[in-house]
Amino acid sequence: MSTTTSPVEHIKQASQHLRGSLRESLGDAHTGTIRDDDTALIKFHGSYQQDDRDLREERRQQKLEPAYSFMIRTRTPGGVLSPSQWLALDAIATRYANHSLRITTRQTFQFHGVIKRELKATMQAINASLIDTVAACGDVNRNVLASTNPVESQLHASVHDWAVRLSEHLKPKTRAYYEIWLDEQRIAGGEEEREPLYGDTYLPRKFKVAIAVPPHNDVDVFAHDLGFIAIIEEGELTGFNVSVGGGMGASHGDAETYPLLAQLLGFVTPDQVFAIAEAVLTAQRDFGNRAERKRARLKYTIEDRGLDWFKAEVERRSGFTLPAPRAFAFEHNGDRFGWIEGHDGRWHLTLRIEAGRIADRGDATHLTGLREIARLHRGDFRLTSNQNVIIANVEAADRAVIDALVNAHGLDLHRRAGPLRLRALSCVALPTCGLAMAEAERYLPDLLGKVEALLAKHALVETPIHLRISGCPNGCSRPYLGEIALIGKAPGRYNLMLGADRRGQRLNALYRENIADREILAELDKLFARYAAGRQPDEGFGDFLVRSDVVRPRPGIPVQVIT
Amino acid sequence: MSAQFITPPQIPLPEDKGILLARLLDGLDSHALWWLSGYSAGLAGNQSTLLPSAPEPRSDGIPVTVVYGSQTGNAKRLAEQLAASIEHSGGSARLLRADSYPLRELKSERLLYVVISTQGDGDPPDDARGFLEHLSGKRAPQLPELHFAVLGLGDSSYPQFNAVARRVDARLAELGAQRLFDLGEADLDVETVADPWRKQALERAVESIPANNQRSSVVSLRPVASETRHDRDTPFAAEVLANQRISGRASEKDIRHLELSLEGSGLAYEPGDALGVWPRNSPGLVDQLLDLLELDGNAAVVQGSESHSLRDWLGGRRELTRLGRPFVATHAAMAGHAGLNRLLAPEQSATLIKLLGSHQLIDLLRAWPARWNAEELVGALRPLTPRLYSIASSQKIVGDEAHLTVAHVDYQAFGSRHHGAASGYLAQAGDDAHIPIFVEHNERFRLPADGSRDIIMIGPGTGIAPFRGFVQERAATAASGRNWLLFGNPHFDSDFLYQVEWQEALREGRIDRLDLAFSRDQASKVYVQHRLREHGRELHDWLSNGAHLYVCGDATRMARDVDDALIEIFTTHGNGDREQALEAIEVLRRDGRYARDVY
Ligand code: SRM
Ligand SMILES: Cc1cc2nc3c(=O)[nH]c(=O)nc-3n(C[C@H](O)[C@H](O)[C@H](O)COP(=O)(O)OP(=O)(O)OC[C@H]3O[C@@H](n4cnc5c(N)ncnc54)[C@H](O)[C@@H]3O)c2cc1C
Ligand SMILES: Cc1cc2nc3c(=O)[nH]c(=O)nc-3n(C[C@H](O)[C@H](O)[C@H](O)COP(=O)(O)O)c2cc1C
Ligand code: SF4
Repeated sequence: MSTTTSPVEHIKQASQHLRGSLRESLGDAHTGTIRDDDTALIKFHGSYQQDDRDLREERRQQKLEPAYSFMIRTRTPGGVLSPSQWLALDAIATRYANHSLRITTRQTFQFHGVIKRELKATMQAINASLIDTVAACGDVNRNVLASTNPVESQLHASVHDWAVRLSEHLKPKTRAYYEIWLDEQRIAGGEEEREPLYGDTYLPRKFKVAIAVPPHNDVDVFAHDLGFIAIIEEGELTGFNVSVGGGMGASHGDAETYPLLAQLLGFVTPDQVFAIAEAVLTAQRDFGNRAERKRARLKYTIEDRGLDWFKAEVERRSGFTLPAPRAFAFEHNGDRFGWIEGHDGRWHLTLRIEAGRIADRGDATHLTGLREIARLHRGDFRLTSNQNVIIANVEAADRAVIDALVNAHGLDLHRRAGPLRLRALSCVALPTCGLAMAEAERYLPDLLGKVEALLAKHALVETPIHLRISGCPNGCSRPYLGEIALIGKAPGRYNLMLGADRRGQRLNALYRENIADREILAELDKLFARYAAGRQPDEGFGDFLVRSDVVRPRPGIPVQVIT
Repeated sequence: MSAQFITPPQIPLPEDKGILLARLLDGLDSHALWWLSGYSAGLAGNQSTLLPSAPEPRSDGIPVTVVYGSQTGNAKRLAEQLAASIEHSGGSARLLRADSYPLRELKSERLLYVVISTQGDGDPPDDARGFLEHLSGKRAPQLPELHFAVLGLGDSSYPQFNAVARRVDARLAELGAQRLFDLGEADLDVETVADPWRKQALERAVESIPANNQRSSVVSLRPVASETRHDRDTPFAAEVLANQRISGRASEKDIRHLELSLEGSGLAYEPGDALGVWPRNSPGLVDQLLDLLELDGNAAVVQGSESHSLRDWLGGRRELTRLGRPFVATHAAMAGHAGLNRLLAPEQSATLIKLLGSHQLIDLLRAWPARWNAEELVGALRPLTPRLYSIASSQKIVGDEAHLTVAHVDYQAFGSRHHGAASGYLAQAGDDAHIPIFVEHNERFRLPADGSRDIIMIGPGTGIAPFRGFVQERAATAASGRNWLLFGNPHFDSDFLYQVEWQEALREGRIDRLDLAFSRDQASKVYVQHRLREHGRELHDWLSNGAHLYVCGDATRMARDVDDALIEIFTTHGNGDREQALEAIEVLRRDGRYARDVY
């Protein structure tokens, strides 16, 4: 391990608060790329430089540079947006991007395929819809997740409100974004710009916050650097249990990197939320590893120094001590599909969007369908961290029209699909993701079909099983929390991981390394047979595999935390 | 770095030679310098009778080249460490990423270390694809002089463990190179294998290399002329070494980069020259004509002293794609078609010209059918003529190769697909096809003899071709003048011909300025002449300071528009009126500083 600071640290340091030479890069007409250093900086503005990997080899032979384009990610805390915002983003997707809106596992939208010439115009269009992309990527706090529990609308409102306020509170203060994309003039001689929370080099690595509302753990709260578990007593939000040090990412062949579940730190009252968030973030800012990016996440800072040290550090910074966490229990980490009536008599429709990709494909005219729904919808939309969308706050009277559009545009997968297909998660991977080692999103439908066939063979089609696939070990679909997970290793080859629970409270473990489609299915076939024969009443597949010692994951978080 | 070479201690040369030497060495990169040392050492070796005291080459004189191919940086890291340790122990090593390794240097390489990982499912890292392609390709040179060793980085959990390193190691041996020691196959615990390998590599690198090896490292500058002289009438059958589409998927045009071998032809060219290509009409087209006219392709047809089958006449000896007035006249007479006859009337000449430009023989025969017999047809058709293509390379860089940039004439008309004779013939020429060619010299389109002169190159579309040769030549001759290139085409994404080469040339200062005009990427059309106007002041300054101006490509519109732009620029910036502007440009022309190669 080197002790010199990583190159990215120097880039941040020299960037005058994330400005770098982005302006010059955008102006360079000789290439569709931006300068190397700027590729690190543009992430903080919510965009990634990518290229169409399907065309890489072809274009190399044509003596053309790769087909560069930019991915843009929105900042939408809790994933809530209005119909008019939906329409605006839809227009951007069709005008500037690849005719698709991609719901992410962090309740945001991603645009793919925006070319450099049109990047600025696209950014301006997004901002015109009153949505921004500030800090959607980069070494800062990312989009804040919140349970999309639609039933208790009061409660959802206040939890969502917390997500928004946290997101705003932890947002970088630099005006770089507004100068570069929105032509804001830099106040000459104005007093010097400061980053009170982050400092000039921001965080060592990305930082992720999620808020869960038991009994639902749709946000996989323990997968994040900082988690808040809402504690509701007599219908009142009395505060949050705080968890720290969760993270998924790992690297093949590097034993120093691994996924970890967050650990519970204690309980805070609502008025302490900002203080604790700042304390955790600044502790990571000051103690996180700035030499090795692969070891720079909070989870490793805590691993290396111990939870007790971290708790003490956080209490010192926040100025108060943390009482023990309150009792809570999660039932599952999935979504509830179809219509649900809220306590206030309004209705909410959760639609299944496979791999979060909203596009028009044949009869499945999802992009068009949701556009038409947005035109007449009077409530709001909510993106879930399981890559689905909720058409929320619908008057009973409006349900019929919406149902009609849902059917007309093939948006009714939630009625047709079995539990496996309803719950599966996939990252983006090829062709846009520069880190992908294998297919994920494009392979998912086919893969699910094959696994469903096996389930049918063992009369398990109705059993809910969580399958997650990632094109590489970074784990963007939170695969290490899948009962079945495929982790890409090379084209057509995956690590098969098994044995997570369905509550997001136990990680899975490696079962077979670097195997292809056929072998994966053969393994599952055997295991399904054993499961069908030996499972206990509503015992989950993952639980069964652990009980019968097929895999030995690290002990997870107790099912019910009673203290 | 060249400074210390220019004034060695006591230099054994007369003063004038000394100055020449300084000029020669100035700005050469280390490779060129190494080459020169080998070259002159070799010459010294050969005339050692006249010159008994030929300087003994230094034993550490041969540089080690360390080439790496790396996806995630491991191989890179190891290669850097190796190169550093060699330098450290007094050797000289140049470290190169595989995709920046000038592959043509492979044959003059003496000691080569390759550190390379395996990716995908046994694939090379992205930066080494070209390197492997070249190595495994049939053009890979024999490497009897080369000593090498390979270190592979891999992961034994993959079925294709270190497949790429194995391929490189085996192939180098196959090409006659001598393996210094066994291939190292590192697993994820890289150092276990890498450390001992590096140690060995270092030892072997610093061991001295016998002087005679060096003597023989002489590369001849020009291909040796062979007995038969090749010209227009005795063309050389040039092997196709590469035929690659270089316009992207989305492009409406099929633009091709061809590499032809001149080896053994005795042909030599200068940048600015063109290559003459003798086409063959496509057999498909010939068959269509035979069917249409209900003629037998095997029938022997005699013309003057020559006798060939009708199929041969049409395939290789007559123009089928270009119509001329005489043929149309004869045909009209035979067809007895009023409409067509009217077109031949003098006042209709404009319409006729349009017809000639838009109709190939088959279109004419379909529109105005007539009965032809074989003899009459062959007699009436024009003899096939060669087509010219600007050479897109410099021999100082590509040796016995000539590169072309060809726009494939391929269009729909009158309900059927049409191809140009030569561009269609070239477009479909597979590897190891042989194309009858000759060199067409063009003294009016030459780089300035004085390399310190600036040049401005305007080459939209395939007009870019000669300038690829110009820029190669100016780099090879270390010309100190600035190079300004203007290029245009429909779309940035798909029609930026040789994009990566120009980007690299800019980075490395082989061109100083590149202005682009992509006509259809925005609402309003933008062409090179617009760019000229935008930068009129600089353009005028460059020319006032003696720059040479070159225009190549489309004659019908571009060349004229550029000329108009020039007149305008000289009028506005030349503080004079239009008359003086015209005069100034005329002077440029007369001085050979405004040269055009347009078609
Ligand atoms: C779109 C999304 C996956 C999806 O299908 O929804 C995604 C996509 C990418 N992630 Fe992710 N990540 C996404 C959620 C996640 C999650 C899940 C979560 O946050 O709940 C994780 C695991 C949790 C964690 O962070 O530990 C995740 C862990 C990573 C990592 C590994 C980070 C680590 O410290 O180990 C990388 C690679 C990196 O950061 O170097 C990464 C990098 C990437 C990049 C930007 C690839 C890159 O760096 O060049 C991917 C862009 C692909 C593309 O073409 O769009 N992404 N990424 C998710 C967008 C979230 C958002 O809207 O902000
Ligand atoms: C000095 C010089 C340098 C040149 N350099 C290059 C170069 O570097 N690269 C290059 O690509 N070319 C170059 N050319 C042009 C080249 O020589 C040929 O003229 C060109 O390739 C077309 O030849 P062909 O045999 O393919 O088509 P031909 O068979 O000669 O012509 C096809 C016929 O089809 C018709 N036709 C063609 N296009 C259309 C259309 N779109 N619509 C309707 N009818 C059409 C016309 O009647 C034309 O006569 C150069 C020419 C000269 C004189
Ligand atoms: C997507 C991917 C595919 C790989 N495929 C192979 C393979 O087929 N065979 C092999 O020996 N190693 C394979 N590897 C392992 C790499 O060669 C190994 O990690 C090496 O250390 C990378 O070196 P580099 O950083 O120089 O590219 C693969 C690695 C990745 C990320
Ligand atoms: S998991 Fe890997 S492949 Fe998938 S999106 Fe994330 S980084 Fe890309």
